[in-house]
Amino acid sequence: MSKVEGITTRQGLNPGDPLPQPPGHKSHGRFEQVLRAGHFAITTEIAPPDSADPDEILKRAHLFDGVVDAINATDGSGAHCHMSSLAVCAILTRIGYSPVIQVSCRDRNRIAIQGDILGAAALGVTNLLCLTGDDVSAGDHPEAKPVFDLDSVSLLQTVRTLRDEKQFLSGRVLDTAPNLFMGASINPFVPPLENRIDQLAKKIDAGADFIQSQYCFDIDLLTSFMARAVDMGLTERCYILIGVGVLASARTARWLRENVPGVHIPDAIIDRLDGATDPKQEGRNICVELMQQIKEINGISGIHVMAYRQEKYVADVVKRSGVLGGRQPWAPEQMKTSIGIVS
Amino acid sequence: MYHARLWSSRHSRGLEIVYNAVNPSLLSVLRGVSKLFGRRFDKPITALESMAKGFLFDCQMCGDCILSKTGMSCPMNCPKTIRNGPCGGVRANGMCEVNPNMRCVWVDAWNGAAQMKNGGAIKDIQFAVNNQNQGTSSWLRMVRDE
Ligand code: SF4
Repeated sequence: MSKVEGITTRQGLNPGDPLPQPPGHKSHGRFEQVLRAGHFAITTEIAPPDSADPDEILKRAHLFDGVVDAINATDGSGAHCHMSSLAVCAILTRIGYSPVIQVSCRDRNRIAIQGDILGAAALGVTNLLCLTGDDVSAGDHPEAKPVFDLDSVSLLQTVRTLRDEKQFLSGRVLDTAPNLFMGASINPFVPPLENRIDQLAKKIDAGADFIQSQYCFDIDLLTSFMARAVDMGLTERCYILIGVGVLASARTARWLRENVPGVHIPDAIIDRLDGATDPKQEGRNICVELMQQIKEINGISGIHVMAYRQEKYVADVVKRSGVLGGRQPWAPEQMKTSIGIVS
Repeated sequence: MYHARLWSSRHSRGLEIVYNAVNPSLLSVLRGVSKLFGRRFDKPITALESMAKGFLFDCQMCGDCILSKTGMSCPMNCPKTIRNGPCGGVRANGMCEVNPNMRCVWVDAWNGAAQMKNGGAIKDIQFAVNNQNQGTSSWLRMVRDE
């Protein structure tokens, strides 16, 4: 694979240094540069560890080297407690990775969230994904107090206020605004199907620069959704990345469908896994095929691979799908020492 | 009441007509009361609003009413109090991800808005609610243009 000069090789003196921010860009991050250059981008997500060990994060991120342009750090996903998204991102930026900090509205009010956003930018994070978040009842601390002071759309507005108006929601002025490439999520696969396109439009109106969708296992639904998005001119205003998943077995697929809110898996996919002699391999084949089909659909800028507990297969599915063409995303030099503070 | 609430979002167009017909006179009465008596009648007016809207919409008295923009389905009944919904977790049968025995208030909202003449207002971005207004009257706030 050849390296595309520029975007993929560019870095500062130290790997964690900010890149120069090209004119017209919202951030100085590599992820935005890849999308704006018109490349088909790949992102993935890292499950933050149940641990205080920073090396664990680098070990997990390393699995994605050379196949992804950005790594999302989930924020207490499924309302389960893990290391914070902010900390994971801060550790990833140290060696030059381009993380996407996920900010959910479940656990923090507008005061805490704005503080965290400034902090993230100060730590070199350039991408942010605004989410409402799962309810506390879905997780391991159902007795916790849900906050939901903001929702995903008002969170987008909040980030825009900080970034573009250079002030807090209260109107108090910032000395330095956070330069962030701002994203939101969509789920075109659950009711009200008719209005999911309006929800996308609203998020773009609220300032979303990029979108990462929920798992897509239904190409027909996606095709009609994207046709409407293109018609409405939405794909001109925002980069849309479609989520795909790696299923380990028919059982996991059924479990996901029944227990994880918002996951739509057609029976045909489950039947295919059921009938396979090697379901694990079949799950990866399905993912590869979906990626190839998604890339052919008009208006899509990239793919977001969510492979919880299947992280080691991400490189394999991305390479086999061929969606990157000959491009090899930037990856850090191998670290010679550990940065661990825990012995 | 849950069933009254479902009825209301199903009959959003009718309620919109009633609202448009009644609202100006209601507001002018309240304006008069407010001018003559200041804040003396705030409590009973707030109680009246809470009762009427509580029955029809399960109103939570957020103090910043946007029912006419949300298909007559009160967004404060969403367990995540989303004011720009729905979330991505709606069940395939249209029920709420958090409470499977409740219809997603935003599925009702979009259905309700589709019937209304000014239903397009559901596409407006709603900023986060001002929590200081919780428990106060939206009617009086409209009158006083606070
Ligand atoms: S499913 Fe609907 S009512 Fe339930 S949390 Fe999501 S938006 Fe709110």
